[in-house]
Amino acid sequence: MAEELENDENVVILGEEVAEFNGSYKVTEGLLEKFGPKRIVDTPISEAGFIGMGVGASMLGVRPVMELMFWSFYSVAFDQILNNAANVRYMSGGLINCPIVIRGPANGGTNVGATHSHTPENVLASHPGVKVVVPSTAYDAKGLLKSAIRDNDPVMFLENTLLYGVKGEVPEEEYFIPLGLADVKRKGTDLTIVTYGRCVLHSLEVAEILEKEHDISAEVVDLRSIRPLDIDTVLASVAKTHRVLIVEEQKPFCSVATQVAYMIQSEAFDELDAPIKRLSTIDAPAIYSPPIEIEQLPNPKRILAAALEVMA
Amino acid sequence: MSKKSNPSTHSADTAKAAINKDLSKQEKHELLRTMMRIRRFEERSLRAYQGKKVGGFMHAYIGQEAVAVGCCSLMGKNDHAITTYRDHGHAIAVGMGMNEQMAELYGKATGCSKGKGGSMHFFAPNLNFWGGHGIVGGQVPLGTGLAYALKYKGLKGASMTFLGDGAVNQGAVHESYNLAALWQLPVVFVIENNGYSMGTSQERSSAGELSKRAEGYDMSWDTCDGHDVYAVREIMDKHLTLAREKCEPSVVEVRTYRYRGHSVADPDNTYRRKSDIEEYRKTKDPIQTFQKRLIDEGSITEDEATQIDKAARAEAETAAEFAEASPWPTVEDIQKDVYWEVDNPSERKSTGRIFFN
Repeated sequence: MAEELENDENVVILGEEVAEFNGSYKVTEGLLEKFGPKRIVDTPISEAGFIGMGVGASMLGVRPVMELMFWSFYSVAFDQILNNAANVRYMSGGLINCPIVIRGPANGGTNVGATHSHTPENVLASHPGVKVVVPSTAYDAKGLLKSAIRDNDPVMFLENTLLYGVKGEVPEEEYFIPLGLADVKRKGTDLTIVTYGRCVLHSLEVAEILEKEHDISAEVVDLRSIRPLDIDTVLASVAKTHRVLIVEEQKPFCSVATQVAYMIQSEAFDELDAPIKRLSTIDAPAIYSPPIEIEQLPNPKRILAAALEVMA
Repeated sequence: MSKKSNPSTHSADTAKAAINKDLSKQEKHELLRTMMRIRRFEERSLRAYQGKKVGGFMHAYIGQEAVAVGCCSLMGKNDHAITTYRDHGHAIAVGMGMNEQMAELYGKATGCSKGKGGSMHFFAPNLNFWGGHGIVGGQVPLGTGLAYALKYKGLKGASMTFLGDGAVNQGAVHESYNLAALWQLPVVFVIENNGYSMGTSQERSSAGELSKRAEGYDMSWDTCDGHDVYAVREIMDKHLTLAREKCEPSVVEVRTYRYRGHSVADPDNTYRRKSDIEEYRKTKDPIQTFQKRLIDEGSITEDEATQIDKAARAEAETAAEFAEASPWPTVEDIQKDVYWEVDNPSERKSTGRIFFN
């Protein structure tokens, strides 16, 4: 973000606690000191107001990067994000753009209950006009966020509080990762695991177990971006392995996996040696109980069991 | 105690107000002409609707013309306007042509939004007009954002953010008031109070005085007679100046009246009497009263006024012909204007599939 603030004076960071508090999760730490209060702005707890304000400012050429303390709060700004940001270009016949980024964490697994554990990437992606990105590593997060900030369309950037503490190699120099480009995080020949976000880390762990204990070579495809969606990388992997497990931290009804499974069967039916399997969050509001929430979400144990089912 | 001034009332003779007293004859004619053009456009639109040329909803601005015309006549280079779904009047007042508006109503490719927006979603960013918004109160954060952008860029201008009396109870409006006051954004929230949020009267929907709610956010506020274009100009000039010069946001409630139902879907026979509407027409019509005033003061002749009106009718008729003759958008057009990147393929940086059918 600091690089993009330096690159373009129209980039401004707004959100709850992003400035003086240094960010609820310290994502914006040090930015206020470096760029000052005009560029790094604390907002009141007023998501509909400040997100809508950001959308309006973006129509006049400001490029707001807005933090939602939790993506779960998108519900109170729903009208501004999905009626205004997503639609205004269309309804104006292409006369107006909204170059806005809305970012923040969207995940379960932190025992904060149903109101704070939403993963709305499917809901967001079902609105043409917005782009949706879910990075899994620190390296990807930087390259994707830089692309998102330079994008002229509204980009929804969904992070994960449990990944904030995971360290990864991030080069000092500038680099961009285009939106809509999946990444094969592990090569394999027997099974394709299509996933994104924190489930990528779980899936990589499971791929190791599959290799060592079951002699199964799993390929892990990290979608990174939900819309646009790099289905070609998925299809290429399926053509190699002929078996697919899709892992997502989503409720199953009309989920990202549902869409990907549809596309695979539609475009690579003849390549499949087994039905596509998906592993989602267990279909209920997020449970609070700490040990049981782990079981509700995709975890290495559940992913392993699902992978073995696909291979059976 | 609020640090802001108490509301003022407009002058006894609004023609003598500073912003009005030096208007040239031509400028006065222009005010009358724009109001008449709105009236005739709306009447022609309603006829087109009745003739099944127009789909969906349509919310006529008839009766409220002095508000949009008074406000928008004050717009300078860095002033911006954004409004509700009852947007035809503002569109004409900022200078949009009747042809592209009528074509939009007809759903034609030559419409101002290429037939993709419809009646509630007119836009002209080149004229600093940002819509045309369908959700009650949903445009108010956007208008606040326009003001934020003006201040961020150091431009001396104001955002006129119009809303209806029904919108004042929406949370987004209050959140916008707070942000505007907290950050001293150059915005004037203009409540066009026509007395009814759809079919529910103000008394049955809103507690207290609408504009006075500004006090809770330490903003100054005013009310204004919306039938007198001079009064609108006088009060709005004061508030626009506050915004432009001091970055002070404020709320202005303009009391107006609509002659037609809330939309074409409202038969308008349940919540008010026909005689009430007739009374307004006879005594307060913004166009009739302004025309009479100009005739009385010798700024226009009866004949000149008739000529302006005739020209407005003819322009609306021509617009309907233009719309009728225009082509429809194509099925291929459905997926254009969704993403900037898709419409600018040579500059596309993302990859992957972006549409899913």
